[in-house]
Amino acid sequence: MLRTLLTALTLFALWLLMSGIYSPLIIGLGIASSIIAVITMRRMDNAADAQRMQIYLKPIATIRYWAWLMIEIAKSNWMVTKIILSPNMQMNRHLFKVPYTQKTDLGQAVFANSITLTPGTISVEVEDGTFWVHAVSYASDTKDALAEMDAEVSAIESVVA
Amino acid sequence: MGWALVIEILSWLFILSGSAFTLIGAIGTLRFPNFWSRLHAASISESAGMILLISGMCLQGGISLLTVKLLIIGTFIFITGPTSTHAVANAAHTSGARPDSDEDARKKQKGTS
Repeated sequence: MLRTLLTALTLFALWLLMSGIYSPLIIGLGIASSIIAVITMRRMDNAADAQRMQIYLKPIATIRYWAWLMIEIAKSNWMVTKIILSPNMQMNRHLFKVPYTQKTDLGQAVFANSITLTPGTISVEVEDGTFWVHAVSYASDTKDALAEMDAEVSAIESVVA
Repeated sequence: MGWALVIEILSWLFILSGSAFTLIGAIGTLRFPNFWSRLHAASISESAGMILLISGMCLQGGISLLTVKLLIIGTFIFITGPTSTHAVANAAHTSGARPDSDEDARKKQKGTS
């Protein structure tokens, strides 16, 4: 019940932020659509294959991870920019395996998306326990850098009971 | 010389550098030789270009509803951008496209010579 109420309130707050027009009609429509959305969501919870989204992430550690990720993004952006603007475009493309240690689906998604978000590396395929990663300038320290990112992502996961 | 001017200069610095990175991403997409390396060039506009442009526009907006909307847009692109890049790469991989590996080619050359 609390979850339903909180979802409705969050949706309504989002409506208020996105609309910016505070006439009774628009606010009424916002309340109505929040309620309809929550009723639909409740009905979908009863479906046979319903899965609840669980977020096993430590909030403060996650914010710290974002800050760390921003620095990584800046560094690798600079690296790829240099390749693009250099006359001969010195590349060393390679497809290789990177093991992941995250236990939850969300943790794995965060790791895979972080790999893709930093320019120069893209997660291509998921296998049991490993990602296939494509890099545009593969070096001997590329795997170490990704292992470090893997450890950082695993650190923000709260342990699953 | 007040805070307003400092924020104005800072925001234009962000917007101009963001535009530059978006342009560099576009140039890279054209210059790089094949599909797999082009994906990497495109992710420059998507990460650095997007983050810098949104930050610059947030500074222009000040503390207002506009900034909140920009931050929400930024968060969405932050999550959907890499997801769509992965989807494209994964679709290529699934349909049998394999990237040519410079690293393997180099190793082979070293082995024979």
